[in-house]
Amino acid sequence: MKKDLVHPLYVRLFHWLNAAAIVMMVMSGWKIYNASPIFEGIAFPEALTLGDWLGGALQWHFAAMWLFVVNLIVYLVTGIATGHFREKMFPVSPVAVINDVGQALRGKLAHDSHDYNAVQRVFYIGVIGAMLMTLISGLVVWKSAQFQLLSWIVGSYDTARIVHFAGMTLICAFIVVHLALVAIVPSTFIPMITGWAKPFPKKEKNHVA
Amino acid sequence: MLLKRHSSEKLFLPRTKQVLNIERRFFMGKALSLGALSMLTGCNVADDSQAQGVLDAMSRWNDKVQLAIFGTTTQLAPTYTEADIKDPFPFNAYYGEDEVRIVKEEGYKLELAGLIDKKDSWTLQNLRALPQQSQITRHICVEGWSAIGKWGGVNFADFLHMIGADTKAKYVAFKCADDYHTSIDMATALHPQTTLALTFRDQPLPPKYGFPMKLRIPTKLGFKNPKHIMSIEVTNDYPGGYWEDQGYNWFSGT
Ligand code: HEM
Repeated sequence: MKKDLVHPLYVRLFHWLNAAAIVMMVMSGWKIYNASPIFEGIAFPEALTLGDWLGGALQWHFAAMWLFVVNLIVYLVTGIATGHFREKMFPVSPVAVINDVGQALRGKLAHDSHDYNAVQRVFYIGVIGAMLMTLISGLVVWKSAQFQLLSWIVGSYDTARIVHFAGMTLICAFIVVHLALVAIVPSTFIPMITGWAKPFPKKEKNHVA
Repeated sequence: MLLKRHSSEKLFLPRTKQVLNIERRFFMGKALSLGALSMLTGCNVADDSQAQGVLDAMSRWNDKVQLAIFGTTTQLAPTYTEADIKDPFPFNAYYGEDEVRIVKEEGYKLELAGLIDKKDSWTLQNLRALPQQSQITRHICVEGWSAIGKWGGVNFADFLHMIGADTKAKYVAFKCADDYHTSIDMATALHPQTTLALTFRDQPLPPKYGFPMKLRIPTKLGFKNPKHIMSIEVTNDYPGGYWEDQGYNWFSGT
């Protein structure tokens, strides 16, 4: 049977490298946070952190950072150049989002094409935004004296720390929902590894937006 | 002194945590966190020292990248107003506030070594007689907290030129009365804001902030700002440092 290529190789490579990078960044970030918490009384369980002490966690963070940033840039540039984002993530109309959320809550969200539905579109665009927000605020936390143009956008060192924390929180919230959605529609999982999926019976484009 | 005693409780906190972190590194740590990572990412980080080797290599790569950024610009760190100064200013060191080293002015001499023409030692009197500069800048700790303070003293670039230091050399290294040591790149040593600080908030540097002198570098993290400096050496051999040898990034620019 002929199969459809749903995820090109560069998307799959980005996706799994990014997942690994995010795990390393978040877990080492939690240890760095714990050394001097922003919010009194809020700290992360040591068992969920990466690095044997603050110095080790910083090493992990600033090593994984390169994987995260380079991988993200390659994905964004290729995705824009090939029209991937235009085709698969845009447009996102508010009406379609409300419709899809309603359907999802009634347990009836159709997954009858390889196009992303409106909820997916919002989440993917959202998490890419959250990753960029975390990246830019991270640069300000790392080099507040050097990247003063960026700190003009993000705010002072202390504000940048809060923005960086908020970005991490959004990414983690995305991961929870993302994994829940994959668990609900597990047939999406293998194609994210192999790239190929069985075509849906009705082959005409099933536009969600 | 500038700091009142009642402040010490809160200020003590970061150091205590840091010490706990260091103790922890000897006992648990490596195996546990690598195990957690390999479980989550599915890759098998079997050899701990191999992973550490990669991390060390990345840290050296980050030194190079930072040197490339900082070495080619003299971007000034932001300055602030008197009203922004943190009072009391936090104390932090690898030991507690009750163990602060007291260096006596009488008999104190700053020693010079390495690639320097005029290696005569300096008394505080002589240093105070040089032109002074002062700035209100943000001190950023590797732990994540920050505090704004005011330091005054001798422009370090002028001082290096005056003593005939080889400013083509790679490193400037510091040895301190509290057995601390660290080293910086020449570009940062020559940065216009880098100050051989003799005062804090226009008063002689109190012992807890590093009497008799501290190198104040607003473009580097706090631990790169040595206190109680006893000797300065200009060298081409990588000198490392107290924290750097344990894994903190050597360059640590901000
Ligand atoms: C390890 C756990 C993860 C699993 C099992 C997983 C699974 C998947 C699957 C199956 C898809 C395809 C959805 C579809 O075809 O309908 C997908 C897409 C996507 N995932 Fe994940 N994911 C994981 C982690 C992450 C993380 C940590 C991020 C980012 C923070 C992320 C961001 C994305 C994005 C942006 C897409 C859309 C990619 C594109 O088409 O350009 N994922 N994921």
